[in-house]
Amino acid sequence: MTETPIKPSDPDSSAIADFGIDTTSRSTSEAVGDYFRRLRGGELGAVPALLGLLLLVIVFTSLSDSFLTLNNIANLFAQGGGQTIIAMGIVPVLLLGEIDLSAGTASGVAASVLALHLTQHGNLLGAMGTTVFYGFVLGAVIAIALCVWMRIWIGAALSAIALLILLIGFAANPWVEILLAITIGTVIGSLTGALVSKIGIPSFVVTLALFIAWYGVVLALVGEGGTIPIRDSKVLFDVANGNLGIIASWVLFIVAGGGYAIVVLFRHFSRLRNGLVAQPTTLIAIKVGAVVVLGAVATYLFTINRSPNPALTTIEGIPWVVPIILVLLIVGTFVLDRTRYGRHVYAVGGNKEAARRAGVKVDKIRMSVFVICSSIAAIGAIVYSSKVGSVDGNAGNGNTLLFAVGAAVIGGTSLFGGRGRMRDAVIGGLVLATVQNGLGLLGYQADTVNIITGLVLLVAAAVDALSRRRAAAAR
Amino acid sequence: MNEPILELRGVNKSFGPVHVLHDVDLTVRPGEVTALVGDNGAGKSTLVKAIAGIHGTDSGEVLFNGKPVHIHNPREAAALGIEVVYQDLALADNLDIVQNMFLGRERVKNGLLDEASMELDARKTLASLSVRTVKSVRTPVSSLSGGQRQTVAIAKAVLWNSKVVLLDEPTAALGVAQTRQVLDLVRRLAEQGLGVVLISHNMNDVFEVADRIAVLYLGRLAADVATKDVTNNQVVELITAGRSGELGLARPEVAAV
Repeated sequence: MTETPIKPSDPDSSAIADFGIDTTSRSTSEAVGDYFRRLRGGELGAVPALLGLLLLVIVFTSLSDSFLTLNNIANLFAQGGGQTIIAMGIVPVLLLGEIDLSAGTASGVAASVLALHLTQHGNLLGAMGTTVFYGFVLGAVIAIALCVWMRIWIGAALSAIALLILLIGFAANPWVEILLAITIGTVIGSLTGALVSKIGIPSFVVTLALFIAWYGVVLALVGEGGTIPIRDSKVLFDVANGNLGIIASWVLFIVAGGGYAIVVLFRHFSRLRNGLVAQPTTLIAIKVGAVVVLGAVATYLFTINRSPNPALTTIEGIPWVVPIILVLLIVGTFVLDRTRYGRHVYAVGGNKEAARRAGVKVDKIRMSVFVICSSIAAIGAIVYSSKVGSVDGNAGNGNTLLFAVGAAVIGGTSLFGGRGRMRDAVIGGLVLATVQNGLGLLGYQADTVNIITGLVLLVAAAVDALSRRRAAAAR
Repeated sequence: MNEPILELRGVNKSFGPVHVLHDVDLTVRPGEVTALVGDNGAGKSTLVKAIAGIHGTDSGEVLFNGKPVHIHNPREAAALGIEVVYQDLALADNLDIVQNMFLGRERVKNGLLDEASMELDARKTLASLSVRTVKSVRTPVSSLSGGQRQTVAIAKAVLWNSKVVLLDEPTAALGVAQTRQVLDLVRRLAEQGLGVVLISHNMNDVFEVADRIAVLYLGRLAADVATKDVTNNQVVELITAGRSGELGLARPEVAAV
């Protein structure tokens, strides 16, 4: 059986012919059969969540006349937007098998700072009081130092922007405030990440402690029982309550749908050209076609006037939340799937020791996911604060974080690390938003809503655990 | 006899009060399989980790291609062309074969991963090693058998044009047929001109593939002999007692410090 190694002069093609299955692309039926085999083998991905979502929609539609109305669906997006975005932030953390319990209250801190900057016309020193203000400044400086030390340049740059906005005291401007909120998130994430990756405290403990501490900071900023309105700023209010214009909606569809089709098809044909493993063209075409058609239908429906009182008011266009989530989804997926950084995140989540031996800078990766998490959570905070129109002492507290983690898990992201995608958070976020919205329409109160939400999460976690077991047994 | 590719001279290593390696000399030649054997705790793994740059050495010289080198971390070892295939298989289960083979050294084009060239080269490498058991290079490692995983880990070393490959117990957890595959692969590595160090407890494996056998006994190199010059029993004696007839360490009272 010992054969002489293939000489370099051998044409590559003959060597490659050994992997027949790789080069000849499979027929559609084979690919579909293979897909079902993998499903049975425990690689469920987003399928259970999508089925669950479909089931929920059917149930709520049959029980409530107002569930499947355009206005309610748009409303559902806005309601679920905040927690969905925070869930997207948590996905990279979960991919490493870590947890960030503080993302909720950290986002609350970002929202409070945003609200204070808006209402106090940029005078944060006066608004926060000397101690708290210099606490933030010190935090930003430390965050910059930590990011530079760990060579997380984007984190350092964003933290530096936070420091600048804090110190310079720009006049109130919604865009400055949005930037401030996001960069405050970066500062917080840098501190969390360094505690986890450099000091080596388990992330559960670090973020549990910070969860409590940030809640205190929110109270200090907002005042016990206080509420800071932000609905006076049109931009901030529109984030969750506004809609794109009709033309802008169609432009969004063309850019997103067309972009998706071009990227997927281009990649597919370049794989075929290079003789790489590729799915059958028919399947790809069906997939792209389905997404584009669904996108077109959704865009069309959203451009119909959905006001309950069409005579008095007009509500039309795609809600702003949709492009915000879409951008995060696309950028996030791109970074995780197509860049070296993303590959390393999956590698560290799959086998930390293997990644370390392969020369991956594990510490840097571990810190960076917390930076990403808190920064994105701050965007989520802007959305949920905008939805309510104000920031109060409970911003980001309570269930915010747990719902976000729940959304990621329901979508198919594993709590054990290494498995999950950005879209999981979006699908799971939709499931949770549907449960909350539907039960609300049916007149159920918080008690039932929470019980059902908990059960949905339990089912999702059970599916994850069982599919893992199945995958392990199939080996 | 060809020039050694990797040479260790008088390497010492202590962990606190425990002196793990005593003046160890080891020679690895291209195109040869050198088996590194020894009982548990003899210092085999420490020696490998010292070569791989995971542990530093306290004293002694490491020559690579005849030139003295200092290896401080795994990256430097990899840059020289020293690849270690670990016992516990340093593969990430959730990634596929291509992703694992290029882990830490991904090719990037325009800031994005260059999947096409990585996939083609991974496939070429596996084919050049006559690996036929793997169906597709896009199979996740989690669904591979133990032997296939070992194959992927070893093929990684070939892919990177390594000069020296250290294999830590590559057949320890494998069945008969899979052991066969891996041993064939080890032989093929040597035939391709690599210097191979095989750590093993299994004398059958050692006698089957090794050209030379180096025996470690309590942190000392007891013998470094050609496989054809020794018998199975002699090697076992060297492993357990540090000496066998004329071979091995001097009498204990002389060797004692």
